[in-house]
Amino acid sequence: MSELMRWDELGPGGVVTPTESPRPKTGDWRTNGRPELRLDRCVSCLLCWLYCPDSAFKLEGTTLVGIDYDVCKGCELCVEVCPAAALEMAPEADT
Amino acid sequence: MIAAEPQLLTGGEAVAHALCQIEPDVVPVYPITPQTPIIQTFATLVADGAAHTEIVNVESEHSAMSAAIGAALAGARTATATSSQGLALMAEVVYIAASMRAPIVMAVGNRALSGPINIHCDHSDSMLVRDSGVVQLFAENAQEAYDLMVMAPRIAEHPDVLLPVLVCQDGFTITHAAEPVELLADELVRDFVGPYRRADALLDVSHPGTHGPFAMPDYYFEFRRAQADAITAAGRVIDEVADEFESLTGRRNGALEQYQVGGADEVIVALGSSAGTIKDVVDELRAAQRHVGLLKIRAFRPLPLRELRCLLSDAADVFVLDRADSPGGAPPLAADVAFALAGEASCLHSHVYGLGGRDLHPEAVRDVFLQRAPHYVGVRGDECPA
Repeated sequence: MSELMRWDELGPGGVVTPTESPRPKTGDWRTNGRPELRLDRCVSCLLCWLYCPDSAFKLEGTTLVGIDYDVCKGCELCVEVCPAAALEMAPEADT
Repeated sequence: MIAAEPQLLTGGEAVAHALCQIEPDVVPVYPITPQTPIIQTFATLVADGAAHTEIVNVESEHSAMSAAIGAALAGARTATATSSQGLALMAEVVYIAASMRAPIVMAVGNRALSGPINIHCDHSDSMLVRDSGVVQLFAENAQEAYDLMVMAPRIAEHPDVLLPVLVCQDGFTITHAAEPVELLADELVRDFVGPYRRADALLDVSHPGTHGPFAMPDYYFEFRRAQADAITAAGRVIDEVADEFESLTGRRNGALEQYQVGGADEVIVALGSSAGTIKDVVDELRAAQRHVGLLKIRAFRPLPLRELRCLLSDAADVFVLDRADSPGGAPPLAADVAFALAGEASCLHSHVYGLGGRDLHPEAVRDVFLQRAPHYVGVRGDECPA
């Protein structure tokens, strides 16, 4: 959204359609490390994908392939629900 | 115009019949005195098969309005009802309903807010959501409550409006008092309200959108400005719908009702059932050659400020009767009328009456016109004249 809209350009209720929606990197909000996925232990039960409040788990078909750290907020729910100890919290990787 | 046989109904029952004829898809609702007879009568009609409505028994008014927002945005015609503490509990979500432009129709049985706890009428509950951005229409009697309810979906669902519309009737005085009411034929109401179609319905999954997005300092103000424009549009829509309703029924339910206002030197401005009492006193004083009148407000929000100014600026004295107080400040209606009359020569007199169901007697109205009444009308204890 480079150009800010005027009030009379907003539709009723300011409903945002996918093409207009900016994709802010809410992953910046993590404060306590991030979950890391050990694919060698993962059984692709998809509980993490189901529980994740930010839809951060990336799938190919029904196979888990990774985590989108742009949107993961580090809530650790996935670590709690993983039955295979394939997810554990780790310090932020230096970028 | 159609002539119907009047039926003996309470305001609550009359509004429930209107709801049945409107036949909302969804009604999430929680009971509370004096609103309960509305939903009780409506639920009976639905159980008897007179309307096909999904009544959602929610656990609170906060949930009632939350469910109503979801239903209305999903594309379902939605209604609810409440009173007093229910409206107070709902207030947080009422603001959100207006902001998300959910055209929910809500019957309100006006009742005093606690404390002390009380179940009788005043308008403090409505005034609590005064600034929420919802349309508020006040009825004088059961017939008007019915008529305004039939008009309400047309106002709420107009594409330029898309806001909740509250149809307010005085608790007990109207909700529980039986009066002759002319109901319209079911088909007439059905044709009058028409279907509810929403361009951006949530359940239209082929066109997904984010409803109720977060708005930071770069957008919040624009949202609120757009909302102000919607309720301004409601003023025009109320007039249009009132015209159409009048051609159908012969009954005029515009934003304002003038009762002997033309050429009046002294005018009372009031909302709700007290208008009936005031009209009697106007007749009596007119017979005694006093030029008095009543300006009854049906549309409290949006308030037609320009018309108020036109109609009141020739009166030497304007008496505003508020059935709610704003401790430490100007009562709500008095503040609005003062704003409308800013710069005009009329002398404004503010009175607060009827809190917690205290009756307003004709003698008190006479005292108001004769400038013998204190600011707080009808309270026990020493009061100086206003």
